[in-house]
Amino acid sequence: MNWTRRLINPVINKEFRLRMRSPRSMMSVLFYVLALGVVAMGFIYLTLYLDQRSSQRFNAQASQMMFYVLSFAQLILIAFMAPALTAGVVSSEREKQTLSMLLTTQQSSTTIILSKLASALSFMALIVLATLPVYSIVFLYGGISPKQMVSVFLFYLFVMLLLGALGVMFSTLFKRTIIAVIVTYGTGLIIFLVTGLLYLFCMGIAQQNMYSSGQPAPGTYSWVGYLLGLNPAGAMVSLLNPTFSRDAFLMYGGSLNSEPPIQLWLEFVLVYSVVIVLALLIAIRNIRPVARRKRKKDGGPKAGQAAEQAQQEVGQAEQPSQS
Amino acid sequence: MIEIRNLSKRYGNFHALKEINLEIGKGTVFGFVGPNGAGKSTTMSILATLMLPTSGVAKVDGYDVTQYPKEVRKRIGYMPDFFGVYDQLKATEYLHFYGASYGIPRTEREQLIPQLLELVNLSDKADAYVDTLSRGMKQRLCLARCLVHDPEVLILDEPASGLDPRARIEMREILKELKLMGKTIIISSHILPELAEMVDEIGVIEHGEMIAQGKVADIQNRLRVKKVIHIRTLEREEELAAKLRDEPHVSSVLTDNTGVHVHYSGDDVQQSALLRQVISWEIPIVSFQEAQSNLEDVFLEITKGGARE
Repeated sequence: MNWTRRLINPVINKEFRLRMRSPRSMMSVLFYVLALGVVAMGFIYLTLYLDQRSSQRFNAQASQMMFYVLSFAQLILIAFMAPALTAGVVSSEREKQTLSMLLTTQQSSTTIILSKLASALSFMALIVLATLPVYSIVFLYGGISPKQMVSVFLFYLFVMLLLGALGVMFSTLFKRTIIAVIVTYGTGLIIFLVTGLLYLFCMGIAQQNMYSSGQPAPGTYSWVGYLLGLNPAGAMVSLLNPTFSRDAFLMYGGSLNSEPPIQLWLEFVLVYSVVIVLALLIAIRNIRPVARRKRKKDGGPKAGQAAEQAQQEVGQAEQPSQS
Repeated sequence: MIEIRNLSKRYGNFHALKEINLEIGKGTVFGFVGPNGAGKSTTMSILATLMLPTSGVAKVDGYDVTQYPKEVRKRIGYMPDFFGVYDQLKATEYLHFYGASYGIPRTEREQLIPQLLELVNLSDKADAYVDTLSRGMKQRLCLARCLVHDPEVLILDEPASGLDPRARIEMREILKELKLMGKTIIISSHILPELAEMVDEIGVIEHGEMIAQGKVADIQNRLRVKKVIHIRTLEREEELAAKLRDEPHVSSVLTDNTGVHVHYSGDDVQQSALLRQVISWEIPIVSFQEAQSNLEDVFLEITKGGARE
């Protein structure tokens, strides 16, 4: 019992109980596994019965392909799931009018934010682990090492942490859950789609320049590759396929034996770690009004900031008294 | 115990609180009175460390709410005017959660929570899910929640709003008990008769300004609320009313099917003279009674200006 008391603070304890007691959670697990199962079965069906050119056998290579497909499907599912689970953690308490009482307790802002994030993350981890049986099909046919599998799952955890931290941040910034959810999805869309498109676009321009000038670009690598490192899909492929990072940076005519400036997944983790930390700091700073410690007359709060704060507080306190 | 000096709160151009001053001693029950939107909830939110004042100082037990919010939170139990509950928790789990959030160890909570539930008459609902409780029960549960860490100050924002008469009486009984326990209580309401019996002092707030403050009786005197004398007769009511209108200190006389209502501003000596006068008219009088002027009258008198808007 002692270690649980250390690990599980009251907020996380409450979050766990509430989450696991709602039937919706169990349904989420069911439908998530079902969705991924359909992808897996669909892929096997397509490979075996529709592709006439294939040997109509499911071999290790097909199994590897299936692992890729599953990994992408899972990444997309996480992108849809994480904002829905995290963008409401603070704003929904505000909407249900339980937040003010929570904030008058002795729990620190950091504890509240981190516990809520941890609770949402553990639930997502549970869902992702629940899909392991689907992956067992892959292992049945081989072609994938357990190490790759583990690294992909750790990568999921990081993506969930990223989207979760952003969701929690928007949840404290916006008063209404629905807006927080939409903004989190929007940010997710930028991270997932816009970075990828930007990479393709910039790569296209770089290639075009090279062809029109008629000679290879001066270096072996192009800065354009860094763009792909901001994309979760790009980073994940670089985890599965070690040569992918080199290909992403490589310009036509570059040396094939050289090492890329950075592995895409490493860049992804480094850049977004900063984002996660910033998002969490903003969330912690914003959940409660914080007064500057007595350092009188150091310019005072900026006018815009004060107005913004006042507006937030209007939403927090005046709304109920008017209704 | 509570000290508020020149407290102001502004939202853009809207002044929710204008330079409020207030001092509440230990063990005092303070009634915060005013129409909706007058600034009661704002003041209470600032005291509960949920909101920063634009200017001014608010202290609880000597601790400034903006500088030492954690110390203040230890000392206050805050019940918001509108609050939600975590539906999927049982009543005991609900209290365990808040108890733990205040850092009370489990063994202590195991003893404390049955006592709290008994105080608010919810012992039989200990294992019920919170969403199955009635509104009055939830309100009482929330009150128990405020008491979990044995705070010295209770800040109760409209604790009786939306309750049926029976639940209101129950709530009032609990508050009386808390008063006996020596808690400093700030309670707001716009339903005044509820407060009348139990508050020591009231503060009347309107448009963010404290317009009257002090002991209930003092305020009544200061505002010179007119007495209403109720006279019931067997017959000749109209004749009595007409004669009364000519008496000194009578400002107006109304008759309805319950009798004659005389708005009277004389003191007790003059009032007894009036009674002798009325009897001398030989109208068959059944009763001559001074209607209790209560907080509600004070409230209406003070806030007349606001009601017209």
